[in-house]
Amino acid sequence: MKIAVCVKHVPEGSSRIDPGSKRLDRSGEGALNHFDANALEEALRLKGDSDTEVVVVSLGPAKAADSLRKALAMGADRALLVSDDGAAGSDLVATSRVLASALERESADLVLFGQQASDSDGAVLWAAVAERLRRPVVSQAAELSLQDGTLSVKRQTEFGYDVIEAALPAVVAVSDAINEPRYPSLKGIMGAKKKPFDTVSLAELGIDPGEAGEAGSRTEVLAVSEPPSRGDARKIEDDGNAAQAIVDFLAEKRLV
Amino acid sequence: MSVLVFLEHHGSELQKGSLGVLAKAAALDGGDVAAVLVGGGVSALAAEAGNHGAAKVYVAEDDSLEPPLPQARVDVLAKVVGEGGYDTVLFANSVLAADIAAGLSARLDAGLNWDLVDVELRDGALVGKRPALQDSILVDVGWKAEPRLALFRAGSFEAPQGGAGGSPQVENVAVELEGHSRGAKVVSQEQEESSGPSIEDADVIVAGGRGLGAPENFTLAEELARALGGAVGATRAVVDAGWYPYAAQIGQTGKVVSPKLYVALGISGAIQHKVGMQSSNVIVAINKDPNAPIFEFSDLGVVGDVHEIVPKLTELVKQRKGA
Repeated sequence: MKIAVCVKHVPEGSSRIDPGSKRLDRSGEGALNHFDANALEEALRLKGDSDTEVVVVSLGPAKAADSLRKALAMGADRALLVSDDGAAGSDLVATSRVLASALERESADLVLFGQQASDSDGAVLWAAVAERLRRPVVSQAAELSLQDGTLSVKRQTEFGYDVIEAALPAVVAVSDAINEPRYPSLKGIMGAKKKPFDTVSLAELGIDPGEAGEAGSRTEVLAVSEPPSRGDARKIEDDGNAAQAIVDFLAEKRLV
Repeated sequence: MSVLVFLEHHGSELQKGSLGVLAKAAALDGGDVAAVLVGGGVSALAAEAGNHGAAKVYVAEDDSLEPPLPQARVDVLAKVVGEGGYDTVLFANSVLAADIAAGLSARLDAGLNWDLVDVELRDGALVGKRPALQDSILVDVGWKAEPRLALFRAGSFEAPQGGAGGSPQVENVAVELEGHSRGAKVVSQEQEESSGPSIEDADVIVAGGRGLGAPENFTLAEELARALGGAVGATRAVVDAGWYPYAAQIGQTGKVVSPKLYVALGISGAIQHKVGMQSSNVIVAINKDPNAPIFEFSDLGVVGDVHEIVPKLTELVKQRKGA
């Protein structure tokens, strides 16, 4: 069996938008999106001692290799980085197209995602990728098990839990409640250097320049501004009458 | 503009978030907005959709479509968008709706802007408003082609009381599902029992954090919530500590809420929590630490002990409501 885990290299520390390109500034230090570590942990748990292959896949700048190396150090068997200047600025349509094309090459039985990207707060990619791969998708997986080629997923929703079954091949996005990701061991870090690592361009995936990056995107950023601030805030210290003060405030706002 | 709104239902109820988006669409477009309902027995909800501003309601009614799975709904929407020639499709965010919107984006190669809090027409072009980077900036986003897809943050729009006498045109939709849309099956559902409204639909939320001191002190939050007719929320820290169920978690990794009133009890206001509640209309915070970050974005901040203030507050609210 083969499990592909999609991971993102995200900027570390305080992020900023580049005023020129209106894109997230990715020039500084970066790290593995921590939500993706849950997806990798789940893949490694499913693998256990079996001969299942876990491949980590990322679309990003050359520096994204750092995050893939970390994933290899955690225990992934192989890494695939899609890196191409022509892919920068891709929106959901373009990103899902490029990633699905890379995943098609891998033809993994199970494709895993983390629950969101910590930089863009995006939480939509898996469903778009699953559609392009024409596979069933389940998101917000709080528990995952696999038996005889059938997945059983406990999905967390606003209303409780749904248990969903799907036959492989399938796409699953795990919630960060599913597990506690391991830290890479020293042995893992040393071993990661010897593991197979491929980097491919858009051309190697057979994707035309017009289908990726800004050219292949259907949305755009028009402007960036300061958000409106909240009105006047009041702060009081409890002198024994705070409860009454709160009720008066709520009454004034017509909330009680 | 021809706008289509996906209406999510749970049991026999249309979700407030979708109705808010529908009302916004009707205001934006001058009225001629269509809605889509998918599931078992949903034709009974068409009139209510009309009351909230839908001129036309597409109904894909089949018991096999009732389980809340996204891909069959992508099939329905793709067909309606194609045959009806809609240029804009709007969704209120939820676990289900996000997956439908993203699937439809890939199916139609249609641009999806997500996490929007508002949308407007500017010189005839649709512009979405999206807070980003922990809501420290506001981004204007646009679409380069049609159809345009938009997913709105929970609570972005008020769902007004539905008027009466809505009699929308109803059109039944029959869809042959794609192979991969039949691949997942819901085998069981476990609804978490809650006495009050769900936190995403509640007008009032009373949330508790570490400052409550112990899991049993959540009864303080529960009693105040009951008095105010609201729901109970929790921070990630107390959910991780096992004090309260994950379904109540508000924040970056929980629910994003924007009730009319948010009462924060013993919550410091870490960024992880702030992201989930800062668009609430009115925020009242009680915390004994005068330097807690929550006071920076509270309308009324009270420096004091929740254990002393909350029981009195609950009593006063009850008296007032009883009066």
